[in-house]
Order: sequence, then C-alpha cells, then structure tokens
Amino acid sequence: MNHLILAPILIPALSAVIVLLTARADLRLHRSLSLLAMLLSCSASIALAYSAFSGAPQVYAMGGWPPPHGIVFVLDRLSATMLVLLGVLGLAALLYASQGWDARGKNFHALFHFQIMGLNGAFLTGDLFNLFVCFEILLIASYGLLLHGGGQERLRAGLHYVILNLVGSAFFVIGLALVYGGSGTLNMAELARKLTVASPAEGVVLTAAGLMLLFVFSIKAAAVPLQFWLPAAYANAAAPVACLFAIMTKVGLYGILRIHGLVYGLDSPHIVRYAPFLLLVGGAVTLLVGAFGALGSRGLRELLAWLVISSVGTALLAIGLLGTEATAAALYYMVHSTLAAGAMFLLAELIREQRGSTGDLLRPGPNVTQPTLLGGLFLLGALTVAGLPPTSGFIGKAAVLASATHRPEVVATVYAVVLLGGLIGLVTLSRAGSVLFWNLGPSPDIQPRAAGVGRVLPVLLLFGLTLGMSAGGGPLLELMTGVAAQATDTSSYIDVVLRDSGGHR
Amino acid sequence: MTLLLVILIPLLGAMLPPLMMRWGRGASAGSAILVTLAALGAWGSMVPAALRGEGATFKLPWIPALGLNLSLTLDGLALLFSGLILGIGLLVVLYAKDYLYKSDPMGRFFAYLLLFMGAMLGVVLSANLLLTVVFWELTSITSFLLIGFWGHRADARRGARMALTITGLGGLCFLGGALLLGHLAGTFEIAELTSLRDSTLSHGWYVPALVLILLGAFTKSAQFPFQFWLPQAMAAPTPVSSYLHSATMVKAGVFLIARLHPALGGSEVWFYLVGGVGLATLLVGAFLANLAYDLKGLLAYSTVSHLGLIVALLGIGTQYAVVAAIFHILNHALFKASLFMSAGIVDHQAGTRDLRSLGGLWRLLPFTAPLALIAAAAMAGLPPLNGFLSKELFLEQTLELPFAAGPWWLVPALATLGALLSMGYAVRFGVNTFLGPQPKTFPKPPIEPPWGMRIPVALLVAGCVAIGLLPDLLGAPIVELAAAASSYLEVEGVHFALWHGFTPALLMSGIAIVGGVGLWYLQRWFVPVFDQSIPLPSGERLFRATIAGLVDLSRSAKRAFHPGKLQTAIAWMILSVVLLVGSALLVKLPRWTPSPADIDPSLLGGVALLLLAIGAALYFHRRRAVSLAILGAVGLLLSMGFVYLSAPDLALTQLSVEVSTIVLMLLALHLLPAQSVKERVGLHHLRDGVLALGAAVVVGTLTWLLLIDPPTSATSAYYLAQSKPGGGGTNVVNVILVDFRGFDTFGEVIVLGIAALGVYAMLFGMGLPTRWTRPETPDESAYPLMLGVVARVLLPLALVVGIYLFLRGHNEPGGGFVAGLVFSAAIILQYLASGIGWTQHKMNIPFHPLIALGIFVAGLTGVIAIAFGQPFLRSWFEYYHVPILGEIELASAMAFDLGVTLTVVGGLLMVLVNLSKLPRSTSVRPLTLAEEED
Repeated sequence: MNHLILAPILIPALSAVIVLLTARADLRLHRSLSLLAMLLSCSASIALAYSAFSGAPQVYAMGGWPPPHGIVFVLDRLSATMLVLLGVLGLAALLYASQGWDARGKNFHALFHFQIMGLNGAFLTGDLFNLFVCFEILLIASYGLLLHGGGQERLRAGLHYVILNLVGSAFFVIGLALVYGGSGTLNMAELARKLTVASPAEGVVLTAAGLMLLFVFSIKAAAVPLQFWLPAAYANAAAPVACLFAIMTKVGLYGILRIHGLVYGLDSPHIVRYAPFLLLVGGAVTLLVGAFGALGSRGLRELLAWLVISSVGTALLAIGLLGTEATAAALYYMVHSTLAAGAMFLLAELIREQRGSTGDLLRPGPNVTQPTLLGGLFLLGALTVAGLPPTSGFIGKAAVLASATHRPEVVATVYAVVLLGGLIGLVTLSRAGSVLFWNLGPSPDIQPRAAGVGRVLPVLLLFGLTLGMSAGGGPLLELMTGVAAQATDTSSYIDVVLRDSGGHR
Repeated sequence: MTLLLVILIPLLGAMLPPLMMRWGRGASAGSAILVTLAALGAWGSMVPAALRGEGATFKLPWIPALGLNLSLTLDGLALLFSGLILGIGLLVVLYAKDYLYKSDPMGRFFAYLLLFMGAMLGVVLSANLLLTVVFWELTSITSFLLIGFWGHRADARRGARMALTITGLGGLCFLGGALLLGHLAGTFEIAELTSLRDSTLSHGWYVPALVLILLGAFTKSAQFPFQFWLPQAMAAPTPVSSYLHSATMVKAGVFLIARLHPALGGSEVWFYLVGGVGLATLLVGAFLANLAYDLKGLLAYSTVSHLGLIVALLGIGTQYAVVAAIFHILNHALFKASLFMSAGIVDHQAGTRDLRSLGGLWRLLPFTAPLALIAAAAMAGLPPLNGFLSKELFLEQTLELPFAAGPWWLVPALATLGALLSMGYAVRFGVNTFLGPQPKTFPKPPIEPPWGMRIPVALLVAGCVAIGLLPDLLGAPIVELAAAASSYLEVEGVHFALWHGFTPALLMSGIAIVGGVGLWYLQRWFVPVFDQSIPLPSGERLFRATIAGLVDLSRSAKRAFHPGKLQTAIAWMILSVVLLVGSALLVKLPRWTPSPADIDPSLLGGVALLLLAIGAALYFHRRRAVSLAILGAVGLLLSMGFVYLSAPDLALTQLSVEVSTIVLMLLALHLLPAQSVKERVGLHHLRDGVLALGAAVVVGTLTWLLLIDPPTSATSAYYLAQSKPGGGGTNVVNVILVDFRGFDTFGEVIVLGIAALGVYAMLFGMGLPTRWTRPETPDESAYPLMLGVVARVLLPLALVVGIYLFLRGHNEPGGGFVAGLVFSAAIILQYLASGIGWTQHKMNIPFHPLIALGIFVAGLTGVIAIAFGQPFLRSWFEYYHVPILGEIELASAMAFDLGVTLTVVGGLLMVLVNLSKLPRSTSVRPLTLAEEED
C-alpha cells in the first residue's frame, strides 16, 4: 500500500488547516507555508507519476474497505499526468499570487489549497460518488477564489458561475443515482464490469446515466452550448485564479476520458453508438465558436477565455476520433493548452497593469513599461495558443490532424474545422498583438511600474514548460501514447482494481 | 552538423544586435554583418562538395510519432536558394545599416532580419516536409514582425496583419496537405516522397493533398487571387521589401513547388492548376504594375508577375521548363533586389516614391540611376542581360506544352502579352523616375546616399550583367544542379547562350519589346482612365471588409446567443440534457410493461401536499420571504416522507438541515429587495415551459425505470453484513458515513467549511458597511424578553440532546452531523433571541480555527491509522464494560464524527454571524441582477 498516493490531497488539506488555525498570523507566514506545501505536493505528484509510468495502476482502499464496497484511489498514468500538470500550474499560480494578490481578500491560501485538494482528489479517485465529492470541493473552493479581490463585475460573474455549476452538480447527482440504480455500485471498475453483463433494462438506465455524466462533464469542460459559465468568470477572475482555472475545463475532459473513455468505452455498445460522433461534432462546434467568440472580444482576457473554449473543442474532437493515437494527441494538446492558458492569463494582467486606464481593452493605449519583455512573451504565447511552430501548440495540432488521417470518413471535416479555427485564432491574436504593442496612444503622466521578477518568473516557468513540451515532443508524445493505451484498456483496469485491490478485512 | 549550424547561426545570432546596441548602432550593425558572414562561411565550406553533387545531409529524430525529423540536405535546389538567401541577405544588412533612420530601433530590426534569415534557410535546407512546414510558418511570423516594423503606422500594421493572415492561411493548408501526403506515402522525408511519386499520383488523396499544399505555395508567392497582400506589405522598410520580395519570403512558395515537383508533378491536375494559376498571375501582376504610381507598388506587382512566370514554368514541368524556372529564380532575385534597393534610395533621398512627383533623377543620382536602369532593363528582358535569357526560355517553353491548353497559339500569345506588359512597366519605372523632366521640387533635395547603400546595388547589377554576358559559365552549372533536384526527369547538359538564332521566341520577344514601349507611350491616357472611372475589384478591400464583417458578426452573435443572462444559459443546459438523455431513451427504451401497483393512499396524499406546497412557493416567488417559508414547509414534508419510508436518519438530518438553511437564507434576503421585479410575460415563458416539461418527462421516465427494476446491490448487502462486525456499529447509515464511505464525509465536511470561508470572503470583498456594534446587554425593545429567557433555558437542554445524538450515532439514529446541526440551531436561537452583538460578546468563538480544527481532527483519525501501518481512515473500535453504565463503545469513528460536528458548528455559525452583520437592503443595494429585468 503506497501511502504516498494520499499526499496530493493530504498536504494541501493540512496546509489549508494550518493557515486557518493561524488565521490571525502574518500573511508572510501563510505565504511561505503555502508555497512550501505546494512545492511538496507537486514533488509528491512527480514521484507518483514516476511510479505510475513504470508500472501497473496502483489501488489504495480508503479505510481498508475492499473495492467495490469502499472508496478507492486509483493511481494510473492518466491521473498521474493530471496530477503533475496541476502541480506545476498551481506552483506558478501560487508564486504569482504571493506577489500581492493574496492580500487583496480573505482566506486566499486556504481556499487555494482546498481547490488543489479537490482537483487532485478528482484525478485520483476510483469511485464515482467520491468524484462528485471532489468536484464539490474544487467547485466550492473555486467560487471563493473567483470572488477573491472583490468588486462588482467579479461578483456578477461569480454569481453566474456558482448558479450554473450548481445546476451541473444537481445533474451530476441525478446521474449518480442512475448509475447506482442501474448497476448497484459506485466503484468505477465495478461499474465497468457490470456494464458488460447488464440486462437490457439496466442497460437503458446505465446508458442514460452515461449520457447524463457526459452532459455534466461537458459543462465542466465548457463545451458549446454549455460554455456560458466560462468567459465572464475567466475574464474577471484575479490573474492567479484565472491561471489556476486553466485546469478547470480539463477536469471535464478528464471526466470524459475516465468515465466514457475507460469505464464505458466510447466505441462500445454500452453507451449510445453515436457518442463518439457527438464528441466530434461537439468538439468541432466548440472549437469554431470559441475561436469566433475570441475574434469579437473587446478585452484581452475575454479573448483568452474564448480561446480556452476553443482549445477544449480541439481536445474533445481528438477524443471523439477514438484510438490510442488520437487520445494521445488529445492528452498532449490538453496539457499544452493548460500551461499556455495559465501563462497567458498571468501575462494578460502584466500587460493590463502597464496600460493604465486602457487596461486590457483592445484599443490604442499607452505603451507598456516593458515593451520588449511583454511583447516578446505575448508573441511567444500567441504562437503557442494559435498553434504555430515551433511551439507545443503546433505539435499538438499536428498530432490531432495526423491522427485524423486514420478516419477517412471524417478527415475532410476535421481538417477544415481545425485549420479554420487556427486561422481565426491567428487573425484574432495578430489583431490583438498589433493593437496592444504597435498602435500606441499618448503615454500617461505617470508610467506604471515595471513588473518585478517574482511576477514574471511564473510566466516564464509556464512558457518554458510549453517550449520544453515542444523540444521534447518526441518522448512526450510517446509517453502520452502510453497514457492513452492504459486509459482505454478497460479490462486491465477492472482486473487491477477489483483483484489487486489492497483492501483487506 | 555544419548544415544545422547554417540555420542556427542566424537564429541564435539574432540576439546579438539588440545586445550590441549598448555600444552603438555601428556595433549593432557590425554584429549583424558578422553573424551573416559566419553563416555564409559555414555554408561556403560545404559548397564544393555540393557542387560535385555530394551535398551534405543531416538527420536527427525530433518527434518520431509524427514522422517529424530534423533532416536537412544541401542538394542543388537548396544550394541555389541558400546562396541567394545568404548573399542577398548580406547585401541587405549592409544596405539597411545606412538606410535605417536614427529613430528606428536598429537592434530589433537586425534581430528580426536574422531570425527571418534563419527561418528561410530552414525552409530551403529542410529535407523533411513537416520540418519545412515548421520553418515555413516561422518565415510568416518573422516577416509579420518585419513588415510591421514601423508599427506606429496604420498601413504597416495592416500590411503586416494581412500578410500574416494570407500566408498563415496558406501555411495551415500546407500543414494539412503535408499531413495528408505524409499519411498516404507513409513518410515525410522528401527524398522518399520523390521515390514514391507513382503510387502517390494514383492515390485517392493525391488531389486534396496537392491542392492544399499548392494553396500554401500560392499564398506565399502571392499568386492570383492572393496577390493583394504583397503590395500592402510594401509598408515595410525598403531593405525588408528588397529581401522578402526578391530572394526570400515570396520565393518560398516557388521553392516549395520546385521542391515537390519531383514528388507530385507530371499529372494533368498539376499542369492545369500550377500552370494556369502561374499564367493568370503573370498577366494580372504585369497589368496592375502598369497602373501603379507607387514605385514600390510597381515593383511589388512586378514581383507578383515574375513569380507567376516561374510558377507557370514549373506547371509546364518539362525538363527545359524547369531549367528556365530555376534560371529565372536566380535572375529575378538579382535584378529585383537591386531594383527595390534603388527604389529605396529614391524614397530615402527624395522623400517620395510617387511616380507623379518623380523624374529626371538621372542628373541628381548619377551613380544610382544607371544601375537602376540596367536592372530595369534586365527586368524588362532586354539583351544582353540575364532577364532576357530566362524570358526567352520561358517564351520558348510555352510553345511545347505537355498537355493541351486551348488552341496552339493561345498560351504563347498570352505569354507574349505578359512579356509586353513587363516591358511596359519596366519602361514606366525607369523613364518616369530617372529620365524625363525633373519636377520643380522634391520633398527632400536628392543626393547620392552613403556608399553602404550604393555598393549592394552595384554588386547586384554587376551580377545581372555578368550572367547575361557569360550565362554558360556563371549560370548553367548551378542551374543544372538545382533543376536536377526539381524535376522527376533527367536534367543534363544545360547550356545557355545569349544568341541562339532566329527562333519563334526571339520573334515573341521582339513583339513584346516594341509593344511594351508603345504601351508606355500610351500610359498617360489609359492609366488615369483606370484610376478614375474603372473600379478594379480590390482583393485588399474585400479582405478588410471580410475581417471587419466577421468581427461585427462575432459581436452580434455573442449578443444574441451569449448575452450573459442566466436564463439563456440554463435554457441551453436543460435543452442539451433533455436532447442528450432523451434521445438515448427513445433509442433504447424497453417496451411499456404496466404492472399493477400497490399504492398507499396516505402516500398519495403526501405527494399531493408536496406538489401543492411547491406550487405555492412558485406562486409567491416574487415575495421572497413568503416563498422561502413555504420552501421550509416543503422540506418538512420531505422529512416526513423519509419517516414514512423508514429512514429516520435521513429524516433527522433533513429536518435539522432545513431549519438551519432556511434561517441562513432568510438572513441572506437582507441583500435583496423584499419583492423581486415583476417579469414581463413573453415568449421565453413558453420556451421555459416546454423545456421544463421535457426535463420532467426525461427525469420522470428515468425514475420510473429505476422503480420498476430496483437495483440489486452486492454493496448494500455487504454494508448490512459488515456494519457491526467490521464497522462496530449497528446503525448502518452512520457506519456508512463515518467508516465505509468516511472519505466522502471527510470531503463533504471540507465542502461545508469552504462554503463558510467563501461566504466570509465574499461578504468581506463586497466591502459593505456593517451595522454591528457590540452592546453589553441585549436591546430589550428589539429582542423580546420571553424569547430570550426561553432560548437561554433551551440552550443546555439542546446541548444535552446534541451530545446524546452524537453518542448514540454509531448504533441508533443520530451522529456527528445531526449533532452539529442541533448545536448550531441552539446557538442560532441565542443569536435570534438576544441579538448578534450580545451573543457574540458572551460566546466568543473564533470560527476559522473551529472549522479548521474539525477538519484536522477528522483527518487526524485517518492519519493515525497510517501510523499503525493501516490504510488511511481505517477505523478502530472496542467495547468496554463499565460498571453502572454498562457496555460502552470506544471507536475512532467517534473522533472522526467529532471533527464533523466541530466543522458543522463552526461553518454554520460563521455564515450566520457574517450574514447578520449585513445592513438592510433598503440602505444599500449591492447587487442588481440584470436577469430580473428580463
């Protein structure tokens, strides 16, 4: 029994608890504690990934109750990938937040770590109801974080975010009731096993359950037409929060990969036959609508939020293409787009702050204080987001397109959609960049202060990682192929969880 | 490795010029020159071997899964192009050093230029098609930066964006085509693609792949109908135009066609598509050049036209057509670079490049003028210059087409027309600028520029003349080598001669030259006609209108479909879930099998009451407090339902949750006006009604499905069996909560805690004034005495009940959660009865640590298990016999439950107290909801 599996949830939980217990203490203490905890949980995630990639999935039975009866954590390559991704993203967001954002409201560090805990739990759990609980933890923490910093616009965006996600949660519970009603279990592996032996009546209920969960995860992923919660929330959140939120949509994608890709099997008869088609069409629509929404955006952060939606579309489309190669491409793209979006939201704030009253509005304004640095980073980020070489975005897009060649019946549509979306993204970002850095108005009387190293560093860290993803694209894609192979191998998953469970009573 | 260096030196060396700016502009320019020389040196060391046909190669796997390798080669075609890129690049750097104005950031300029040079070298040296795409896009990006170098000017920004958009579009198509080609051939290595030509040509995806790749090439090389971006790109500083539009950027498209000709050429599609577009471009470009007033605009259209000529030759695709194409690539690069530089000198020195304000510069620029005139003659295709030779070859090739294209004379006639138009604009360029009458004034008095700007022109023109005079010596070897690499046929024995007898081509040349001069003579009449009365369709205007239209469309679409209203969002959500799940039900629903049901009438009565209450809550929804009170009643009815269904634990929990939430929500009503705004009756009500009905049908059907076939769960049986022996308690519900699924409870407790923290943070963030003071005694008038007394008497009783519920929880209905709610309710009562200030004063509990302590205690019971070598949250219990009290159970679950209780109390009270501090809604309206005016 590998107790380290608990580290990604217990470390953040403990640090949040300590922050709260010492609520009156100095913020600097909280900062150091918080950063240390994030560093530790990130290291734990990396250590876990190391062991996950070198062997079979590992099972941890909570309270020692054997699956399918108790709650299990299952560490496999997919969860490990998500853990590491969140680890580095969280680290960057927290570094940035510790430069002052954390002082602009209450309980930032506690909420932040609870959010990390919920996310890590969602990636690790092998139990559907526990997945719901983790979703609740991460959502309720995100409500608090979204409002961090106060202000009217943020409050309004936050209200919509809360209500829409509550509707999603309600349907999640209905979906879980259907799962339990149809299969008598909430354990993912057991559900997968039951699906293969379900009676027709149970089959209908379980199919409905699968689609209900697909709906719920699509809300989290912000697939069109369920994207409504995202643009305003991301555009108005504090920069480090928006950075961390870059992974929120990926939680939805993770859910689809885990529940529909692995437990149900997207190309199996347990869910409706047209499920992959739905993902393809939904992905295509999301990709285009996202890009198109970005084109008309008036502010940089709004633009980025729409591009996040577009990137979700690309990943969904790739998942819908089925097969190890396409799933690996989807995973690579997902990791890339998370890092890129995180970096861009941080960068957007640096730009906004240095443009005085014009802020992040895409109209002529004063030149930024650090034009070379911010302009250069914006260029790099725009290339990454738009999917131009030599960035990870290009490799991700090329991998998605290359995997589509194995599906001759849809290849033309996929190419048209992905390339058109890329073109709109390119137009959008070149318009934004040229107005932000070239079309300059008069300088303000007081030049805003330059951004310090502490706030540039997280941006550099995230962009550096995307560049690393590009330079090391070969081994990384291979690694993702391994993840994809394991994440679509249902029978091994059932075997590992139900037989080699580690539970004993 | 040296090959890789040739690319890396400029790419990495691009960092030097900005850094060297610290030591002045000279140092910056010097470093750019040194970097270029270094790359040239590395390249030069490989030339002898390449000329022997043993060009260097390099290969390093990058992304094997995609077939993307860092493979480079220096074959003939690459040799020619890399030589042009480096050679002209060096001259452009020299020229730019003196051309750039004092206000221009020189370091940045050279950085962009070197980056572009590196990307361009990558394109031509790449031996892997996907790698070509990578460098291809890099040239688009770096040229965007170069064209937009004077970003403060609107035309520069627009030109740069347009160039990026059009070439970016092409780049994406190229990527798509390359991936298709790579899939059908199984490789991206160009050498292998070449050897697979036959199977490629017969594959079903050949045409789509070809069209996509050609779209990439055509957009890059500004072929018709994408020619319009190139003149717009003239907003760039002239050294940039000179570089991008003579030897590099736009030649990349031509290069790609030549590169892939051996792998994809020879088909009918190729001939008609490439040849047709090339010929059309040749004519359109040449025609528009005759109408241009802007010196650089004229040269831009002329470039379009010459590129069309090369593309047309590659489309014809016979051995000699390819040879002619390659030869013209070389010649055009030389004369066009020098012409752009001359135009730059005119612009730089005279302050204008409008043909209407120029003339007679012959006398003022005695060094530049003859050079420019010679270059213009080369462009016109006059002997004995290099342009003449390749143009002759072109005309000759139009007579020997491999496929039929209309009557035999059509293509040669069109080609002659193209040559005639070329002659016309060449004369227009030379005569209107340098000869003829001198205007009264120039914006700047023109004098010869520094030598740094003159020498590059001179060297380039010398090249034009030398190749023209000694074509067989200077041109033939490299052209043969490059043409061999660009054709699927054998290319041998290439010879050029200035005089090759009286041929049809010579006749066509003669017609073109005479006609061209005539055309120039007529221009003063026909140019104004086109200028004023014949509106030419402008791709550029169309492009701008399209983008602006799309932006507007995006905005209005967002207003219509994404208006930031909750109703719209929720309507879409419900619609989605109804369609998604409903469709599955339609597909998979089993046949209706009605079964007689045994329904208890009292249950029906309860359900009716419940529905009635919900209806009433809806009916009174505008009066929020009333509606909320009715909702409380609904909750009570539900808990009675739980009692009826023998679920006392649920009933107890529901009851206490109901009480606490209703109290909290009543407090939250402070934030809102007492009545919500009256809604307008509209179509959206119909929409909502239909959606609600649909959702009800779907959820109702699902519930029915569950009820007719209740689940048989091994897990339920397991819990019942294991509750006492494994979990130590007889109350299965509680054992599930604290043991079987204790981890869920741990999470939910945290959720409760976070919710409280979130509310606290939110209220703090709203920055509302608080009306809370801390009086020593309760305000008698506000808080009735009787209630206060009763509440205080009740407190210890309620605490005892709570403790009782807590302790019996493991075996009887009760437990930590319910106990926590009871504790909270008792304390809430104190707040209600005596006021927040007084109560807070008497009972000062710090809520943050209380919440944290609860989570900590619950978590600790789990972690202690690990210390004993057990899994997280593994429970421990033991029964002890204590005299008098009887059998007593001690269990780790109790500690866990204690944690639950603490957090529940802390969280609820924190929300309560902070909500109570809020001012009345009459004094402040912190939140106006747009939805309410729907």
